[in-house]
Amino acid sequence: MAITFDKALGIHPQALLLRTQRAEIIANNIANADTPNYKARDIDFHALLTGEAERNRMTVSRTQAGHQTSLLEPGYSADLQYRTPSQPSIDGNTVDMQEEQAEYARNAMAFQASFTFLNRKFSGLTSAIKGE
Amino acid sequence: MSLTNVFNIAGSAMSAQSIRLNTVASNIANAESVSSSVEETYRARQPVFALIQQQLAADSAAIGADGMAAGAGISAGQGVEVRGIVESEAPLRREYEPGHPMADDEGYIFYPNVNVVEEMTNMISASRSFQTNADIMNTAKEMMQRALTLGQS
Repeated sequence: MAITFDKALGIHPQALLLRTQRAEIIANNIANADTPNYKARDIDFHALLTGEAERNRMTVSRTQAGHQTSLLEPGYSADLQYRTPSQPSIDGNTVDMQEEQAEYARNAMAFQASFTFLNRKFSGLTSAIKGE
Repeated sequence: MSLTNVFNIAGSAMSAQSIRLNTVASNIANAESVSSSVEETYRARQPVFALIQQQLAADSAAIGADGMAAGAGISAGQGVEVRGIVESEAPLRREYEPGHPMADDEGYIFYPNVNVVEEMTNMISASRSFQTNADIMNTAKEMMQRALTLGQS
């Protein structure tokens, strides 16, 4: 049985990648907190990750060049959704600073969690190789 | 890598907020700059913020080495920019002070349309936003530093 990095590491590399992308999106929301008519955006992390998990189970056949095989495919910006504003503001901006800050902090924590999982996978592989 | 983009985004916001702080400083400094005609009077200046769209950023770094369009993927935008600085259209304050050296023939002087209370709230908001973006940058830095330790025991 061959051990590939894909199988050994599981979903954590993709999760880590998504976390960095989400950090970018939320940073952009916070940067535009004072921009008139800016609409806060975010990704549905759960849906993306479920899609990614599904992908590991079965592969989609591509019959056209434009077909996507992965939900993480670049350019798949349909996954980017708009936040529902809780308090509309007079300049049409929907960024809720507190919510964004909380999401950013939570995202950073989840990044650390994913990172720790990934790191453990690597130390597991290392000790398997050393045979200690 | 997306995390380096966070630096660009937070940096653009910090620079935009510092421009806003600059206009506030200019407005408050000139709040009492009187003049003898409508044309010469200082008017409150405000920056216009706008989102930097993905396409604009993608043009410069068009196609990456791996053939993928750089900057693509799920990302909302590339930060904030200052489109320009506009002068307030609010009416000037005209006061009758015949003894003033700047008074016109009828004895009136013109005060700028700077609302000091508005400017102070603007200043607090700008400084808070600046602070938040600095924190964002710091957190992104910690995330990157952690990513660099991958595989170390």
